[in-house]
Amino acid sequence: MNIIAHRKIFLSISGIFVLLSIAAIIVFGFQPGIDFVGGTLWQLRLTQINADGKQINAEIVKNFFGTDLGVKNVTVFPGENQSFLIRLPHISEEEHQNYLQSLKTKFGEIEELRFENIGPAIGKELRTRAFWAIGLVLLGISLYIAFAFRKVSYPIKSWKYGVITLVTLFHDIAIPAGLLSVLGWSGGIEIDTNFVVALLVIMGFSVHDTIVVFDRIRENLLLQRGRFDLANIINSSVNQTIARSINTSFTLILVLLALFFLGPVTLKYFVLTILIGTIIGTYSSIFVASPLLLIWKSSK
Amino acid sequence: MKQYAKFLLLIIILLTIVGGIFIYPRWLGGKYRPWRLGLDLVGGTHLIYEVDMNQVDFSERDSVMAGLRDVIERRVNLFGVSEPHVVSAKEGDSYRLIVELAGIKDVGEAIKMIGETPFLDFREVIIDQQLTTDNQQQIQFIPTNLTGRYVKGAQLDFDQTTGAPKVNIQFNDEGAKIFEELTVRNVGKPLAIFLDNNLIEMPVVQEKISGGRAQITGKFTRDEAKKMVERFNAGALPAAIKIISQQTIGASLGQESLKKAIYSGALGTLAIILFMLGYYRKFGIFASLALIIYTVLVAAIFKLGITMTLAGIAGFVLSIGMAIDANILIFERTKEEIKKGLTKISAIEEGFKRAWPSIRDSNISTIITSIILYYFTSSFIKGFALALLIGVLISMFSAITVTRTMLRVFIK
Repeated sequence: MNIIAHRKIFLSISGIFVLLSIAAIIVFGFQPGIDFVGGTLWQLRLTQINADGKQINAEIVKNFFGTDLGVKNVTVFPGENQSFLIRLPHISEEEHQNYLQSLKTKFGEIEELRFENIGPAIGKELRTRAFWAIGLVLLGISLYIAFAFRKVSYPIKSWKYGVITLVTLFHDIAIPAGLLSVLGWSGGIEIDTNFVVALLVIMGFSVHDTIVVFDRIRENLLLQRGRFDLANIINSSVNQTIARSINTSFTLILVLLALFFLGPVTLKYFVLTILIGTIIGTYSSIFVASPLLLIWKSSK
Repeated sequence: MKQYAKFLLLIIILLTIVGGIFIYPRWLGGKYRPWRLGLDLVGGTHLIYEVDMNQVDFSERDSVMAGLRDVIERRVNLFGVSEPHVVSAKEGDSYRLIVELAGIKDVGEAIKMIGETPFLDFREVIIDQQLTTDNQQQIQFIPTNLTGRYVKGAQLDFDQTTGAPKVNIQFNDEGAKIFEELTVRNVGKPLAIFLDNNLIEMPVVQEKISGGRAQITGKFTRDEAKKMVERFNAGALPAAIKIISQQTIGASLGQESLKKAIYSGALGTLAIILFMLGYYRKFGIFASLALIIYTVLVAAIFKLGITMTLAGIAGFVLSIGMAIDANILIFERTKEEIKKGLTKISAIEEGFKRAWPSIRDSNISTIITSIILYYFTSSFIKGFALALLIGVLISMFSAITVTRTMLRVFIK
């Protein structure tokens, strides 16, 4: 497959997706989870099925909070096994116990599956740390790549491998982030610390494939000192490594699919984000990183 | 070479068998050292308290934190939690106390009890002689060093004449000294006693008091006084605390998560093994064995020193998906070398040698990521980062040494 010859098509596809993602993030923003802005997440399981002769659904629970308890800004999602995920503003422990009591009076026996209550100060802290972590990982990996490729400075300077890795990493996290932004807008999916961790994991993984391709380019360049056709070397390097790029990602995807369909519900969106990132990352290491290497070289 | 490889393989197999017995939750492994599961798997609560240090001198803050930690730990031990964690932490300018209670049934009750730990302090009183416009005396309270951290114990007592209940407080030696100095300085003046930041009373100091005994007479009912004594005896807080974060996981949700995580992890591993066998055939057998050895060894290391959390298991499962990568790179390279015309044995050796730089570089990237993750996140995610880090380190051993040793022994 002549990837380098068709680089414009592949890069355009990537460009469009990245632009769409950035546009989505600008237009829709993110639905921040409680660990970033503070608030309460409450998961309850009702053992009783009916209230006032009606099947209890999210709407009824929501109305109870709105009218009987007088809590504003409540969202209720139905969970598995007759459980409900309730999102509230930050409440005190006293209010928590009071609400629980009222709920029990109204709906009968209740099992508290989960109660997370995070103050705004902690939220701000976690947000700041998340940004720092993403920045540092981007920088750390790029610097390491620039260092690892220091021996091949001709015809491409080693720091350029680093910069292209940075661009590829950005590409790989921008698209899942854009998707989550759309999901947040359409389905109320929130981004939380787990989401940031997922982005970091994507960066750590997606760079693997990029390294494999770059490593082959490095090896082929060292083999053919003297006259060579750079486009040709890059293209054959990509083709020589394409099977292993796909296979290494595929094994990870197998595990992720198992986790997504059969794993704990709390990890569902975490796993989904990594799953998408892994697929994007494989694409980018084959169709984005290497063409960029050539373009940067030939534009000078 | 072959002799040495056989010997190494024997050691690896023995190590794996021992590890396998060790991680098995029943029989010997369960008997001598059961798995330690985090609170997101057995149910429990993770609490963060903000400590109010406004009244505390900078130089004193660390020792106040230590005292606070001890008091809360003593309180928490009363709940009968198997391994309570009480850790102090500093975040920017604020001091935090992190309390983790795993396997606790009634979290609401626990929070209430921690919150009920009294915060006692004494304050000096300055009465401004000038009257304000509405004829009120201006009273200023100056915080002192004397707080609940110096309280050794308390008893309930009754006034000889009126029969009103009162609380006798006994300070420890250090507290007694501070109290003595305080009374010397304030003879003839009132000294204010605050409980949970409420003014309880303002007795006038008659004379220097040595020996560290103070009395709170206030206007309590008998029951109030009795409760106060109980609370003081359980420990008084040296600084006020406020809960700012709570994460509680119900026991049944934790159980469910654990079951699902293990089930899906095992299935994912099985899928990888099937894929490796189907795609790489004979080589796939060795990679699969190496992967199984890898999972056993990593699990054994986790069991040795780490409390397993859901996030940790997630990190572990992801690391399984990555651990096989090194083998894929090696086998692909070996196939290339065989095509070039090398013999099987030298192709394998070449495959390991040539695939190494990219295995090393990509693993170092993941190591960088997990270290940054570890330092920039809190409790639960730390478990994930640590699992990933250990996973990557062990995978470098299993995919290289274990697979190579097996190939050296069995490929002719």
